[in-house]
Amino acid sequence: MLHGIRSTFDHEFNAVRTKLVEMSQLVDTAIDQSMRALLERDCKLARAVISGDNEINKFRFQIEEDCLALIATQQPAATDLREIIAILYMIVEMERIGDYAAGIAKTVILMKEEPLLKTFKKIFKMAEISRKMLTDSIQAYLKRDPEWAQEIAARDNKIDALYKVVFQRLIKIMAKEQDMITRCTYLMWCAHNLERIADRVINISEQITFMTTGTMKEFE
Amino acid sequence: MDTPQPVFKIRDLNLYYGAVRALNQVTLDISPNYITALIGPSGCGKSTFLRCLNRMNDTIPGTHIEGQILLNGMDIYAADVDLANLRQRVGMVFQKPNPFPQSVFDNVAFGPRVVGLTKEKKELEEIVERSLRQAALWDEVKDYLREDALSLSLGEQQRLCIARLLAVKPEVILMDEPASALDPIATLRIEELMVELKKNYTIVVVTHNMQQAARVSDFTGFFWLGELVEFSPTTTMFTRPEKQLSEDYITGKLG
Repeated sequence: MLHGIRSTFDHEFNAVRTKLVEMSQLVDTAIDQSMRALLERDCKLARAVISGDNEINKFRFQIEEDCLALIATQQPAATDLREIIAILYMIVEMERIGDYAAGIAKTVILMKEEPLLKTFKKIFKMAEISRKMLTDSIQAYLKRDPEWAQEIAARDNKIDALYKVVFQRLIKIMAKEQDMITRCTYLMWCAHNLERIADRVINISEQITFMTTGTMKEFE
Repeated sequence: MDTPQPVFKIRDLNLYYGAVRALNQVTLDISPNYITALIGPSGCGKSTFLRCLNRMNDTIPGTHIEGQILLNGMDIYAADVDLANLRQRVGMVFQKPNPFPQSVFDNVAFGPRVVGLTKEKKELEEIVERSLRQAALWDEVKDYLREDALSLSLGEQQRLCIARLLAVKPEVILMDEPASALDPIATLRIEELMVELKKNYTIVVVTHNMQQAARVSDFTGFFWLGELVEFSPTTTMFTRPEKQLSEDYITGKLG
């Protein structure tokens, strides 16, 4: 009976959801490109990721603005209100993820053309898992699926395990060869950024749970 | 938001009820195909202002007006203005639905008959149907066109009044608290209808209900003691009003 009576609100809300999805795609691309820049030692691509971060930030502020307008003018309630609050948190998490991708790109520029270490493969795996966590979390949001969100958050264990391995290996190398310290530290930064990306996705998963169930639940 | 040629240009409008000044130097433009909401506490002048736009205040003895109101370039207070024609171009919907004690059909056909839009029965039927459809009422009343309009629910009566007004093809629709006598669902239906109607009409609505102004309008004017304190895009008014007085009013610290 009530469905569709508020078409202005529905229309504006859908536009916000679309922008959030677009923002998540930009963020995912930023992670992908920063890792490719790392793999291929491509400083040009790294610089593109760094400058592209502005675009991600703009999305965040635009969506924030849209949400403010929705709250101020459309008086959302219940699930609608929780979703808007969730969106406000999710875009901050995604903006930070964008910063981490830009951080990897900055490290790429610092590393210049130094050859890669074997450990790099594990770091690449971390990127693969965290990217999938991010894209899945947006799907879980669109499908309003709290169980899926929880499952996505649980994948962070894999990231943590990989990070631990990477960390220990790099420490070992540094202990053995002093002239490797700089290179290893740079890689450590990249791995750390990827670990933080996964943590941010956990926060997104928590927001999906809050939005769909009305209860705030910490996954870590 | 782009600003096309305004439908109404209001300049330095003052209105006095006898010695009492009810409007003070009001200047603003009303843009076509937008909903403009006027808000403010009781007695702030918003309804008085609305009633200036089709000269409804003329009926109140002792009213005196200064300034200028142009409707698509025409000075509506010029001596040679035909009031019936003006009110056909600028229709009004009131707080309480006021259908005539006649059939649904005759209510909508009233205007076209009086104005002499058509003498053809079929054409009149078409006008009635089109108007009822535009007012989102057709599906509910199509089988009851010969029934007494007063047998409709209040929300339906209000939409009937809107259909009655649409039948004479106005340029502007003025609404004075159009939903304050209605329940929340009927209110939302009127709001949805307003958004639909702005595609073809310009709407100016006075409302006590700030949330309603926020929900439906594109521009909001805030009146206080007869003055137009602020006129802004609605989103601006409700997220970052320019004037402290507006801020105080919409946050409930005033009035």
